[in-house]
Amino acid sequence: MAGYQPALMRGPILLIALALLAPLSFIFALLTGSVTTSWQDLWTVIDTSSSGVTHNIITELRLPRALGAFATGGMLALAGALMQVLLRNPLADPYILGVSGGAAVGALGATLAGVAGTIWLTGSAFVGALVSMFLVFALARGEGSWTPTRLLLTGVVIAAGWGALISFLLAIGPDQHLRGMLFWLMGDLSNASAPIGAWLILTVGFIACIPIVRQLNVLARGELQASALGVDIAPLRLQIYLIASLMTAAAVTVAGSIGFIGLIVPHLVRLIGVNDQRLLLPAAVLLGGSMLVIADTLARTLLAPIQLPVGVITAAIGVPLFLLLLRRGYR
Amino acid sequence: MNTLLATNKLDITVAGLAICRALELTIDPGQCWGILGKNGSGKTTLLHTLAGLRPPDSGIITLLNKRLDQWSRRDIAKHVGILFQDNDDRFPSTVMETALIGRHPFLPAWRWESKLDQQIALDALAAVGMSEFESRIVSTLSGGERRRLSIATVLTQQPDLLLLDEPTNHLDVHYQIAILDTVTQYIIHGGKSLVMVLHDANLASRYCDHIVMLYGDGKYDIGSSAEILDANHLQRLYGHVVHCLPGPNGDFFIPA
Repeated sequence: MAGYQPALMRGPILLIALALLAPLSFIFALLTGSVTTSWQDLWTVIDTSSSGVTHNIITELRLPRALGAFATGGMLALAGALMQVLLRNPLADPYILGVSGGAAVGALGATLAGVAGTIWLTGSAFVGALVSMFLVFALARGEGSWTPTRLLLTGVVIAAGWGALISFLLAIGPDQHLRGMLFWLMGDLSNASAPIGAWLILTVGFIACIPIVRQLNVLARGELQASALGVDIAPLRLQIYLIASLMTAAAVTVAGSIGFIGLIVPHLVRLIGVNDQRLLLPAAVLLGGSMLVIADTLARTLLAPIQLPVGVITAAIGVPLFLLLLRRGYR
Repeated sequence: MNTLLATNKLDITVAGLAICRALELTIDPGQCWGILGKNGSGKTTLLHTLAGLRPPDSGIITLLNKRLDQWSRRDIAKHVGILFQDNDDRFPSTVMETALIGRHPFLPAWRWESKLDQQIALDALAAVGMSEFESRIVSTLSGGERRRLSIATVLTQQPDLLLLDEPTNHLDVHYQIAILDTVTQYIIHGGKSLVMVLHDANLASRYCDHIVMLYGDGKYDIGSSAEILDANHLQRLYGHVVHCLPGPNGDFFIPA
C-alpha cells in the first residue's frame, strides 16, 4: 500500500499545479506587448469603470486573444489525447485523420471565391472540417466495422488528398492572397476575437468525455481486453471519434492548423507520470491551453512589430522537446 | 448445482476451417477444464467464443441458463474473466493501475475505485507474487512478471468463470506451479469454474478434472481427465509419439 500512495497523489498535485499555471499564462499574455503595461493595469479587467487606451488594449485585444488561445490549446490537447487512445497510436495527433485539411480547403476555397468577412471564412472552414470528418467516417466504416488501422489509413489518405488540393489552390491563387493563406495554414490566433464559441465547444467536449473516461483506460489496453471487461467498443469509438473531430474542427476554424500541441501535450502529461485518463484529460486541457497562451504571446512579441504565426513558436518549442522525450527512452 | 456455462450443438469455423462441430459442453462450479490441441486447432477461438467475444457459426451458449447473446457485455464481464495469450501495451501505466482495470465492470461510470477495490487488486497482486510492484511501470517488467500481472488483473475481476489462454506462457517452473496452484485454489474454494488452454499434458493431468481435445478438423473428444488423458489420445491429438511413465500421482507424458 505504501508504494502505491505516492503514485495516487501525483495526479491531483499535478492538476493543482497546472490549474495555477493557467492564470499565470493569462497574466503573462495580458501584460506583454508593444504597449507597456504594469501590474496595476490588470485591475482594469475586473474594474468595469476604468477606461483609456491601456484598458482597451487589455480587455479588447489581449484578453479575447488569450481566451481564444487557451480554448484552442485545450481543444487540441484533448483531441490529441483522445485520438491517441482511439487509434491506439502514441504518434497520433488531432490532424492525422484529415480534419484540418478539410478545414484548410474550405477556408482557402472561400478566400479564392472572393468571399469576404471572418464569419464566412470560419464558416467555410468549419464546414470543410465536418465534411472531412464524415467522409473519413463513412469510408473507413465501409461494409464491416472499422478497425483502428482501417480508420488510420483512411484518414491519412484523405489528409494526403486535402494536402494536394491545398497545394493546387495555393498554385492557382492570386499572389495577394498567398500571404494570408499561408498564415492560416501555419496557425494564427490574430483572428480569434470572439472566443465564446471555442469555449462552448471545449466545455461540451470535455463534459461528453466524463461518462466514458474510465472506458478509455480500458480501451488503451486493446479492444479485446476492453470487450472482455464489458466495454461496448463500437459506440465508444464512435463517441471518441466525434468528440475529437469536433474539437479539432473548432480549433482549426479558430486558429488554423497549429502543430505539436495536440501531439506533445498528452505525452508531456504521461511523462510526468499521469497515465489514468481521468487525470490525463483535464491535465492535458490545462497544459495545452496554458502552453498555447504563452506561445501566442511570444509569437506576437518576439519580433514585434512582426507577428509570427504561432505555429512557428509551437514547432520551435515542440520539435526539440519531442526529440528530448524520445531520447529519454520513451517506451 | 447450477450449471455455469453450457453449449448446445456449437459449431465454430475460422477461415473455412472447422474448429468444432456440434460441441456439447457443460461446465459446473468447482470444475477445472483443460483444452488441448495442436497449433492452429482453434483452442483460442473456442475460448473467445465461450467468452462471447465472437459469435459461433451455429448452436447455443448459455451462461447461468440464459443465452449468452442476450447478455450485455458488461453483465458478461461481471461473471466471465479471460486471460489473453498476449498483451499489447502501447501506453505507459503502473502495475496497480493495470490490475485495477479488473474492477471496471463493477463500477458505475462516475465512480472511482474504492478502498475495497484497491484491496482486491492488492490481494490479487500478492497472490501472484507481485507485492511491492504496485508503482512499477509495466514496460519495465520482464515477460514472466508481465504475465503474472495479467493473471492478477483477471483475478481482480473475481469472475465465476475463469478462461485462461496458455497461462503458463513466459513463466518459470516455480511460477507455473505456484500460479496454477493459486488459480485452482481460487476455483475450488470459491465454487468457481476454470477453462484453460494448455500445451503441457502433464500440467493438464495435474490441474484439470475435465479435458476437451480439439483435433483441428471439427472432431473433438470430451471426458474426465482419467478417461481420456492417456498416451493413445495424446498421440492422435498431436500426431507425435508420446510415452507414458508412471509417477507418484498418475502418469507422466513424455514426447518421443
